[in-house]
Amino acid sequence: MEIDFTHHQSAHCENGVVSNLMKHNGFSVSEPMVFGIGSGLLFCYIPLLKVNHAPVITYRALPGHIFKKFAKRTGVKMKREKFKNPKEAKARLDENLEKNNPVGLQVGVYNLVYFPDEYRFHFNAHNMVVYGKEGNRYLISDPVMEDVTSLSEKELEKVRFAKGAFSPKGHMYYPISFPEKLELETAIVKGIKDTCKAMLAPVSFVGVKGIHKIAGLIRKWPKKKGVKTANHYLGQVVRMQEEIGTGGGGFRYIYAAFLQEAGKLLGNEKLIELSKEMTEIGDLWRDFALEASRIYKNRSAQTDSYNKVADQLDHIANLEKVFFKKLKKAI
Amino acid sequence: MKKKEVPQDKSNLESANFRELCYAVDDNGEYTTAHSTGWDPKKIALDNAIEEINARIADAKNRVIKGETSPIEYYMELHKMDVGILASYVGFWQWKVKRHFKPSIFKKLSDKTLNKYAEAFEISIEELQNISK
Repeated sequence: MEIDFTHHQSAHCENGVVSNLMKHNGFSVSEPMVFGIGSGLLFCYIPLLKVNHAPVITYRALPGHIFKKFAKRTGVKMKREKFKNPKEAKARLDENLEKNNPVGLQVGVYNLVYFPDEYRFHFNAHNMVVYGKEGNRYLISDPVMEDVTSLSEKELEKVRFAKGAFSPKGHMYYPISFPEKLELETAIVKGIKDTCKAMLAPVSFVGVKGIHKIAGLIRKWPKKKGVKTANHYLGQVVRMQEEIGTGGGGFRYIYAAFLQEAGKLLGNEKLIELSKEMTEIGDLWRDFALEASRIYKNRSAQTDSYNKVADQLDHIANLEKVFFKKLKKAI
Repeated sequence: MKKKEVPQDKSNLESANFRELCYAVDDNGEYTTAHSTGWDPKKIALDNAIEEINARIADAKNRVIKGETSPIEYYMELHKMDVGILASYVGFWQWKVKRHFKPSIFKKLSDKTLNKYAEAFEISIEELQNISK
């Protein structure tokens, strides 16, 4: 049994699933559009939490939030289900596939056999679409992959019931009703306002302030933690920013693509101009990653070089502060 | 980032034969997508992270051999877990898992408890008890 479903590769899994499910239901919505309307862009340092024994930074909204906000703002109704019992989770999935309904699943990455080993960490907020079943293999459209793939019943159960932070608990979701026409205009405005609010939030570890916070921590790491740990931490910052799913530059390029598309749709020249500015800021994030990689490549630990990358971050934060103030006024 | 600047460096993605999607602008300033095979700054960061994990595994193995910790800690590191993740897989409190790291306590664990760990690591109880196997 195979549902006629078209796989489109995306940069990020959550946007990709939403975009692909929308397209399947006859609404052409691009990945950047989903990301922008769902207020995906963020910067947040998560104190106390450690992943791979290093601090965690996220450049995007919490798992599931992009989806939730996108649906709410466009008037799409979503059905979301979580399960205690894997058997029940499987039965509900099969039921949907029988009804020709492709569904989104939240899964853990560690046991995703088609991922290269090096990328298999205990990260539980990955998303995919299941669009059919052949024998005992589920047909999988994983948005970050170039092509579709498949998983056995057992393999799928494992990733649906992965444990640890943000454990998916079989989380399954799919759209159940759509408005007659998608009102993207109002949704775009809401999405942008929300993002500006988050990025300019008066909270020390969020948005622009969060970037300054990390810059401050980076300055202290070599002395406080020693060279080895400081380099490990810095490497993790770069990985969070650039690893699969961000589309480059810690999601800044996807956001710039959204602003360009939104500017054209709304006939708002300012957004198109701001898109260019966001691209330049994205380039600065890339420069930061490049500079940081020089530090951990050479395993050098001159406090100078740490200060230098921290300066780059402070500079980016200053630019983003101005940027989001302008963006807020532009709509 | 310009489309022609999208990096095409070697990376660990090659083994799975896939390229990731990036967003970049074309010559007319229009946003478009482009595939990337990898980017050196990322590869170095990932390689370092893997190296760090391998060092942790080797260290844990050493301490098991010296009798300083139980094989549970070794397998935990081998599976890139930390105490929190392992605890949620086996359904124990974290302090209990840490207690099971003590070789003297580990020796006395019931088959039922050992089986929970063996299942989490997808190995047999014998393999759990003897890491050289």
